[in-house]
Amino acid sequence: MRVNVTVNGEQRQADDVWEGESLLFMLRERLGLPGSKNACEQGECGSCTVYLDNVPVCACLVAAGQAQDRSVRTVEGLAEGDQLDPVQEAFVEAGAVQCGFCTPGLVVQAHDLLDRVPNPSDPEIREALAGNLCRCTGYEKILDAVRLAASRR
Amino acid sequence: MDFLRPETLAEALEIKAERPDAVPIAGGTDVMVELNYDHRRPAALLDLTRIPELQQWEDGLRVGAGVPYVRIIDELGAQLPGLAMASRTVGSPQIRNRGTVGGNLGAASPAGDTHPVLLASDAVIEVASVRGTRMIPAAEFYLGVKRNALEPDELIVAVHLTPAKGPQQFSKVGTRNAMVIAVCSFAISLFPQENRVGAAVGSAAPTPRRAPEAEEFLASALDFKNPKPLLDSVKREFGELVSRAASPIDDVRGSAAYRKHALAVMARRTLGWAWQELLAKKNGSEERPCA
Repeated sequence: MRVNVTVNGEQRQADDVWEGESLLFMLRERLGLPGSKNACEQGECGSCTVYLDNVPVCACLVAAGQAQDRSVRTVEGLAEGDQLDPVQEAFVEAGAVQCGFCTPGLVVQAHDLLDRVPNPSDPEIREALAGNLCRCTGYEKILDAVRLAASRR
Repeated sequence: MDFLRPETLAEALEIKAERPDAVPIAGGTDVMVELNYDHRRPAALLDLTRIPELQQWEDGLRVGAGVPYVRIIDELGAQLPGLAMASRTVGSPQIRNRGTVGGNLGAASPAGDTHPVLLASDAVIEVASVRGTRMIPAAEFYLGVKRNALEPDELIVAVHLTPAKGPQQFSKVGTRNAMVIAVCSFAISLFPQENRVGAAVGSAAPTPRRAPEAEEFLASALDFKNPKPLLDSVKREFGELVSRAASPIDDVRGSAAYRKHALAVMARRTLGWAWQELLAKKNGSEERPCA
């Protein structure tokens, strides 16, 4: 089937989409956006977190067809040109990126948190990021990055 | 595979009547896992996310089957504290943004987080087909492991609940706070005006189920008119009866013996919290303990 969807502000069209495939697969394999990572395929790891109509979701748990006529924003859509989003900059500066696999999901999820809660407490940060796994276990630096990004807003 | 995208409930029911093999999908947090892992290859997916009737709640309360957990937590916490507590323990923020009570009911997993609350608070499930609407009490909805009372042409439309008439509590055991399938869970609802108690267990039997003997014992042991501090013997007996209502199995998440023990502990604790709230209210205090 064909899916029409707005991705990062641009009207896109994906063809030959299998009816049972996920939004994540469509983004990565058909629309050339490999930023959202494919790991657990069961919503467990948060590496595929994207905005769907401004709400963060696991792209692996959204059927591609459910994104028809909706708006998706991926990690690729956070920067403005060469200017990284403040959350991305904070991740770089705080050393919150090790292997980098979990980073896109964490960046999107942290981005949403700071949009809703400009000055989150530590428990609020932990709760917001509870669905994002980092197997390098760099959580302390990730918390540092979110605090840093919050302090600059 | 077909991808069916109705825009209204009437249209969805027409489709479901013609295509009973179509698998409904809303938040996708269960259905997509089965598709991603090739555990299921349905003839069609029936997308319910475009149907406005399913995404609304109305005073009374009638909660549309497609209202995501995050909205139950944010908008209905005061009226449905038990359901909001259970919703907070579902998955992660991303999962709560998508997952729905309708999906919990459709999957009918014995471990579904909202089931004990629905049972303990006398929820009624509204299901519909082109043949008409049926109102099914939660206690009659769960038929077996991942089996519910839905006919092949029916869809879950809404859950009917009354705003809490007394304290409600929910408790769940798992290895961590987020992304946990319940090892076992427990919900209690007090109905002080009716001298009645609702109590139900999750993940501790082939279906979520009520604990009627525990409910009756507690209703006779508690003095709702003149609430006094709880006797330990009452808490203990209540815990014991809740534990006895379960028939758990040994599995990867926990042993049957552990589940029985944990249920008794959760029953005692949640009763303590609920009773404390009632006492505080009687004494005019605003303090409200929570799980």
